[in-house]
Amino acid sequence: MHIVVCVKQVPDTKIIKINPKTNTLDRRSAPAILNPYDAHAVQEAVKIKKKTGGTVSVLSMGPPQATAVIKKSIEIGADQGFLITDRAFAGADTLATSYALSKALERISKEEPVDMVICGKHAIDGDTGQVGPGIARRLDVPPVTNVIEVTEVNEQEKTVVIKRKLTNGYELIQSQMPCLLTVEKEINDIEYSPMPNMIKAARYDPIIWAVSDLEDVDRSQLGLKGSPTIVGKMFTPPRPEGGKKLEGSADEQVNQLIEILLEKKDLFTLQSSK
Amino acid sequence: MNLDDYRGVWVFIEQNAGKIEGVSLELLGAGRELADKLQVPLGGFLLGNEIKQLANQVIAYGADEVYMIDNPILKHYRTESYMKGVMLLAQKYMPEIILYGATPNGKDLASAVATDLNTGLTADTTMLDVDVDNRLLEASRPAFGGNIMATILCKKHRPQMATVRPKVMKALDPDSGRVGKVIEEKITLQEEDMRTKVLKIVNDVTKKANLADAHVIVCGGKGMGDIQGFQLIHELAETIGASVGGTRDVVEAGWLPHEQQVGQTGETVTPKIYFAIGISGAIQHVVGMKNSELIIAINKDPNAPIFDVATYGIVGDALEIVPKLIAQFKSQKVEQGGELSYA
Ligand SMILES: Cc1cc2nc3c(=O)[nH]c(=O)nc-3n(C[C@H](O)[C@H](O)[C@H](O)COP(=O)(O)OP(=O)(O)OC[C@H]3O[C@@H](n4cnc5c(N)ncnc54)[C@H](O)[C@@H]3O)c2cc1C
Ligand SMILES: Nc1ncnc2c1ncn2[C@@H]1O[C@H](COP(=O)(O)O)[C@@H](O)[C@H]1O
Repeated sequence: MHIVVCVKQVPDTKIIKINPKTNTLDRRSAPAILNPYDAHAVQEAVKIKKKTGGTVSVLSMGPPQATAVIKKSIEIGADQGFLITDRAFAGADTLATSYALSKALERISKEEPVDMVICGKHAIDGDTGQVGPGIARRLDVPPVTNVIEVTEVNEQEKTVVIKRKLTNGYELIQSQMPCLLTVEKEINDIEYSPMPNMIKAARYDPIIWAVSDLEDVDRSQLGLKGSPTIVGKMFTPPRPEGGKKLEGSADEQVNQLIEILLEKKDLFTLQSSK
Repeated sequence: MNLDDYRGVWVFIEQNAGKIEGVSLELLGAGRELADKLQVPLGGFLLGNEIKQLANQVIAYGADEVYMIDNPILKHYRTESYMKGVMLLAQKYMPEIILYGATPNGKDLASAVATDLNTGLTADTTMLDVDVDNRLLEASRPAFGGNIMATILCKKHRPQMATVRPKVMKALDPDSGRVGKVIEEKITLQEEDMRTKVLKIVNDVTKKANLADAHVIVCGGKGMGDIQGFQLIHELAETIGASVGGTRDVVEAGWLPHEQQVGQTGETVTPKIYFAIGISGAIQHVVGMKNSELIIAINKDPNAPIFDVATYGIVGDALEIVPKLIAQFKSQKVEQGGELSYA
């Protein structure tokens, strides 16, 4: 069983600061971390491997510093890691990202055929969740998104049974392998990394590839050039009609509020029954 | 690619077990506006099994055309079969814009289709507009963890596609007198070609609407005093059919489970109406709710920072105000207000 997990280095959006004058990201304010969903993806791959044996590889596309998230993945229990890094990848949107990652996955699977690819549900910086299904299409394997449980892995039959979260509830899906999963956080708890993993991670040097290390790459599909979407403008969201404090006694204030809400029937489908 | 070959605005009509999702009807409303500005027809496309009866509803909510594929293989949503169907329709009829609800299935489908059509896709859009001169869709969405909005454009590829969050657009009032055209297509997929099977679907209807999707939220803070005081939050929510949220302090005190925490380490919510009651308005809370359309704050401290983000504020004791609100709402005979439902 060979599982490849796609991991992304992201700025920690919890602590991020936006420069209000330029509307750009103040990078110094944001430490780079392993995308939290991807940590769960690595953990799940390690869990599966405990049952089936095999190899867990991780793959990332990003600047040279992104080796940090590969090392982090080794701590969680991955066996090996690949970083594709090249100026040509820069500025990629989700379409160009899935293209580049799928080319790297093709090379990885030449060395050892891949049975399963796991991605996070989304990356907390881009927040799109589009890269996983994109990779699946490019590799022509079935995608199963929003996975909350890998219920069964049958290596002989090459099938998996998966619980997939829906808006109201979940569904149980059986998929052939190879396949691609994107995982929710509730799929597992990140376990405490054992000491040998920490030591291995500290010493580990990820395998680094440039575009020239990948085969059959159409350069026009990479990076900014290969990205159909562009950011037009950035703006702070308009505030709704700002802070008005109501006045009068408690009863008067309550009455005013009710009146306001009744006026905004379209917002609030209050129906006074006649 | 000749951009001028592409005309029309399309909306993916997501149905589950023969019932159209609310977000698809909302998108017909938003799509109608875009189509009118661009002076093109609005199309809804609908895939499934035994779904022909739904076409009228799609038209009533604003579509001029319904593109339909009705086939047993489409009984349950599966990426493989649905994307084949959408590819067939999109390549044959070449719309310039396609909108999908940002639901698990809508996002899954749109991502796969965008890859095969080699076009751009904007995720989780919350504002839509169109630059008519350039026929460009302007899809805006929160970026960097919701700290800012970004407008995404797709200039050189068609169709321009976006997924749109539920409950941010408005559905039109249905008009059963509207007329439209129904266009049926066939797909030739066999079950043997499919690599995935849906074994079972479990609907969890007992659970209150997801906080992230809730239309109205009543959120309480430590100012409710104790778990008894917090019952007032539940009672108000019940009265108006809203979902209940809490601050981290409330969750830590054990008054609510973690799934109901709003804020930086909880859910980000964008309801139409957000009641913040007995909440100080710490920044970690505010980042999770500040994009709500209408914010009503009740706090006894006139200098509480929550008033800086509130649309309307009441300075007073929540334990006194909330029971009055409940009584008032009850005397208005409010019916299910929290969740928009479409006939
Ligand atoms: C890393 C980090 C992450 C965090 N993440 C979150 C998060 O996700 N969500 C979150 O909510 N918080 C989060 N916090 C905590 C946050 O900073 C605040 O501590 C918390 O939001 C305060 O909760 P509160 O408003 O309920 O309580 P308080 O700050 O104690 O405020 C209570 C308010 O109630 C008012 N009040 C008291 N009695 C009454 C009354 N009878 N009637 C009316 N008003 C009354 C008071 O005037 C006061 O303003 C986080 C903090 C950190 C450091
Ligand atoms: N640059 C990248 N390198 C490796 N994996 C990525 C990269 N970008 C996205 N992914 C994977 O795709 C998932 C979804 O990302 P996104 O579509 O950007 O929200 C992430 O959780 C990762 O698993």
